[in-house]
Amino acid sequence: MSIWARIAGWAALIFGLLYFFVPLGGLFEFSMKARRGVYSFDAYASVFSDPQFQQTFGYSVIMALVTIVIGILIVVPTAYWVRLKMPWARPYVEFLTLMPLVIPAIVIVFGYIRLYNTSSWLPLTGSVMGTNVLLAFGYTILALPYMYRAVDTGLRTVDVATLTEAAQSLGAGWATILGRVILPNVIPAVLSGAFLTFAIVIGEFTLAALLDRPAFGPYLQRVGANKAYEPFALSVIAFGITWGCLALIQLVSRFSKSAPRKA
Amino acid sequence: MPFVIFVTMFLILPTMNIIVGAFQTSDGSFTLQNIIDLQNGTIPSSYWISVKISVASAALGCLIGFAMAAAVVFGAVPAWVKSPLMTFSGVASNFAGVPLAFAFLATFGPVGLVTLFLRNNFGIVLQRDLGFNILSFWGLTVTYLFFQIPLMILIIAPALEGLKKEWREAAEVLGATAFQYWRMVAFPILFPSLLGTFALLFANAFGAVATAIALTGSSLNIVPIQLYAQIRGDVLGNPHLGYAMAFGMIVVTAVANVIYIWLRIRAERWLK
Repeated sequence: MSIWARIAGWAALIFGLLYFFVPLGGLFEFSMKARRGVYSFDAYASVFSDPQFQQTFGYSVIMALVTIVIGILIVVPTAYWVRLKMPWARPYVEFLTLMPLVIPAIVIVFGYIRLYNTSSWLPLTGSVMGTNVLLAFGYTILALPYMYRAVDTGLRTVDVATLTEAAQSLGAGWATILGRVILPNVIPAVLSGAFLTFAIVIGEFTLAALLDRPAFGPYLQRVGANKAYEPFALSVIAFGITWGCLALIQLVSRFSKSAPRKA
Repeated sequence: MPFVIFVTMFLILPTMNIIVGAFQTSDGSFTLQNIIDLQNGTIPSSYWISVKISVASAALGCLIGFAMAAAVVFGAVPAWVKSPLMTFSGVASNFAGVPLAFAFLATFGPVGLVTLFLRNNFGIVLQRDLGFNILSFWGLTVTYLFFQIPLMILIIAPALEGLKKEWREAAEVLGATAFQYWRMVAFPILFPSLLGTFALLFANAFGAVATAIALTGSSLNIVPIQLYAQIRGDVLGNPHLGYAMAFGMIVVTAVANVIYIWLRIRAERWLK
């Protein structure tokens, strides 16, 4: 490796790191400038005392948890079944799970509005609860590529067929096998998928805004259009949550690596 | 299988519905008029500027991401950098959204960190001297790069690792210079990966909505923003024209993704 290649390598890396960290620094610095001349946490105080913040944030957290549960219920049995009984279907299922990356979210939600409006066969948008359900399903779709990949990778390290046969010969039904044998074995994978889902749902804007639900993303955008420093404080909080989820994913994967390998 | 039913109901059917709607008149009969009407008004210019932003951010993302991935993979920088960089990329590549827009406003906006720094220390005013405005084509491109570069790193690093040492050694034994090795061995092998990732990055930028809306409001007329306004309030005055716009978006991202998948299959022939 020549000296020039080394210098070029460092230059590229440093440029990239500056690119990532300067905006984060700028965001943090700006969020503390609410009081003239000195740094303060005034904007944060103002944010935390805003009842709308608490409401929208709470709403998004609940939506994220619901999304994770739906995601697990749909993805784990599917990935398991495909591995066990229908390996030929794997490319097709994988293709389907990647579709949300191809079709823009705004198009998907446009379809929801048209398909599930008040005059349709399934008027989900007609009631508050129905819209919430629709939003949770939409989020599940958005998180599908990440969730499926995580779970499928997790299943790869587990001998699915042997575990199933062992459980069956001990008299377990399908629900028991899935809930008490397979799921515990892929918990680290499920968790890392879940944290990623959480991070996506918390900041999501398009779906929530167009379905008119009081989520954190639209609130952030609304505050951004009306206030000076608060949106920046909110963004710092949103970044913090995302990095928190990232740290948890790291922690979980490290934990699962150091744990004794399960057969 | 519940999975198939779920995906059909909440992914396939809604999308099909939009596509079918793009080819219907308001009373339900078949027409191509909506697609033809896409040529009217501000729609072509919004597609054009969307495509320009997507191309610019994808090209720059490829370039910078490639340089960073190469620096890490070929050992120009210490090996321990790699793992944190890859994890970081995994998260940052998903970080399109409202907070990202604010981060860049706080940095390159009229009173942002970098703007003030340049003005106070070098007397350079971004807006006046460099013609840079965060609410413009370049502003959006620079912001999109924040998630484009990490995505490039994530996808291209494995491809770079797939370049076998033996190929380089063989080239050297045959008397090739480093430049010749890159031009005649490594680059042709990497080319499908590079082009494919470019297509993916393009699609990624093309579909980004939240960042654009939070950053520019409605001052920049890109496709996702126009479609957003159309869904909220039918600003085009014809709901089916909205479906046609959405259909156009699907076509653009689908074409880009098909190119990506096709090239990836080609690339995998060598990278095993």
